Amino acid sequence: MSKRLSHRELDAAARHYDGPYKPYDLVKELCVALVLITVLSVALAIVFSSPDEPPSTIAQWSRQMPVDFVTTAVNELDGTSGTAGYGPPYNHNGPGQHAAFLHLQKWLGVSHPIDTAADFVYQPLSTIPDVPQVKIATAAYQAAPAKTQAAWTTAYGNALAKASVGPGNTVKAPPGNYGPLPTMMGALLALAQSGGLDGDLLTSRQFYQTDYTKPLLFMADGGLLAARAQAQHLLGTQWGMMNETGSYPGQVWLWLYTFWYQISPYNSSANADLLVFLTMGVLSLALLLIPFIPGLRDIPRWVPLYRYIWRDHYRAQRRALGQR
Amino acid sequence: MTEPAPSPAAKQPAPSSWTARVREWGVRAMPPERLLPDSQPAYMSSWIYIFGVLTIASLTVIIGSGVVLGLKGPAWWHYTGVGHFFNSIHLWAVELFFFCMVIHLWAKFFMAAWRGGRSRTWMTGVISFLISIVAAFTGYVSQQNFDSQWIATQAKDGINATGAGAFFNVLNFGQMYSYHLLLLPVVVVGLVVAHILLVRRNGIVPPLPLSDLVKARPAADGGERAASQAR
Repeated sequence: MSKRLSHRELDAAARHYDGPYKPYDLVKELCVALVLITVLSVALAIVFSSPDEPPSTIAQWSRQMPVDFVTTAVNELDGTSGTAGYGPPYNHNGPGQHAAFLHLQKWLGVSHPIDTAADFVYQPLSTIPDVPQVKIATAAYQAAPAKTQAAWTTAYGNALAKASVGPGNTVKAPPGNYGPLPTMMGALLALAQSGGLDGDLLTSRQFYQTDYTKPLLFMADGGLLAARAQAQHLLGTQWGMMNETGSYPGQVWLWLYTFWYQISPYNSSANADLLVFLTMGVLSLALLLIPFIPGLRDIPRWVPLYRYIWRDHYRAQRRALGQR
Repeated sequence: MTEPAPSPAAKQPAPSSWTARVREWGVRAMPPERLLPDSQPAYMSSWIYIFGVLTIASLTVIIGSGVVLGLKGPAWWHYTGVGHFFNSIHLWAVELFFFCMVIHLWAKFFMAAWRGGRSRTWMTGVISFLISIVAAFTGYVSQQNFDSQWIATQAKDGINATGAGAFFNVLNFGQMYSYHLLLLPVVVVGLVVAHILLVRRNGIVPPLPLSDLVKARPAADGGERAASQAR
């Protein structure tokens, strides 16, 4: 049994080989492998194709779920949405995740500043031309004391839980004292349903755009993406990190990342993402450094798979030695 | 009038030239017969050995299909049948790539393939695997469809938690597309080339010796270094 030999002896033995060789055509092997994989990839592409679910837009979201859209917008306005309280790298409103003394999220700071009230509500409303009521309502809201603003958003938020969808996909909330919010939110909803908000949230100082940070964060605060994801088994509780839409294999190589999110303490921790990344970092480092870790590097000697892999070699050696 | 042929001595660069030194170093480090040997140790006789070359073949198909998709632009595959077909080839080649790579990795683990001064070969392989995961991830978030929207909005929390979100913004399509098309493929290909050169330089790892056979023939494994296996 090779496990009786020390690691040093095994390492020394692997530095030398004076046994027989056999002809081997590496280039031919590569060409055959290339043809095989090409044929296999093309065949799988023909038979199974690939998923391509169209992306969601803010216009679709606001038309299909107007109450959810307005509720999200109110949360962006009063700073209670996920993005508003996220912390770095978007703002300073949350501590970010940490583990023991590691506050990596906080240390790296705010690199993509987002003020949800300004970016998702005030700025888009300011682009609506020729509607003085909207400008007056926005000015009134901004001029009101914080306590009054909070009273309006709380009352309107509660009312939205009982709101219904009116004609033209408008939102009908029960009567109450919501200040200028119904005017502001009605205008924002109309802007979103027209498709204007999709463009507004991409607007920056230049013509060409490739950064979807703002529209994606706004949509992720709402319910449409999550509803679609749940229907496509993509939620975290559905092992969603390694899945993709439809019945496709997805990123199966992420199974171990996904696994940690399913068990305690990861699935109940506010710092779950950092804990999972740290766990995977340690495991990846261990995988990388296996050659230097006693115990781990010895596992192959204890699992006799190598006897199967090199069975022809051992058989030939035994024959040469006159053993059975 | 013809020019006189240069003498053989004149053809040779001066021994002190940088070019000659680099060439001589390259030939010393990797003689052609070691780079492309036409024989292999007799113990290399299992089907498990083909998964390394199948991984390289998959990577070649990924790059080939990816070049076509890249040349046509990120939106092309959404509205043309040919584009969707190339995207499907790209996707399935990626699935085959990881399938073959993981089998190759586990096979090398159970062979303890880092023995005999081959730890760098193992480590370049593991790093290639880890970087490939990031490369595939940037591909998923560059698809410009619902998958990329959902994956990006979920993955941002993990990336941000590590602080990497400050310079690696998964919600920025342009940044992810650059990583996927250029930066990460260059790194993966570079690592794979380094891995292959190390395999060729050190040779494939000899079998774990069985102690009963070692006792019966204690000098069986003495002699030439496996690294100079090419004859």
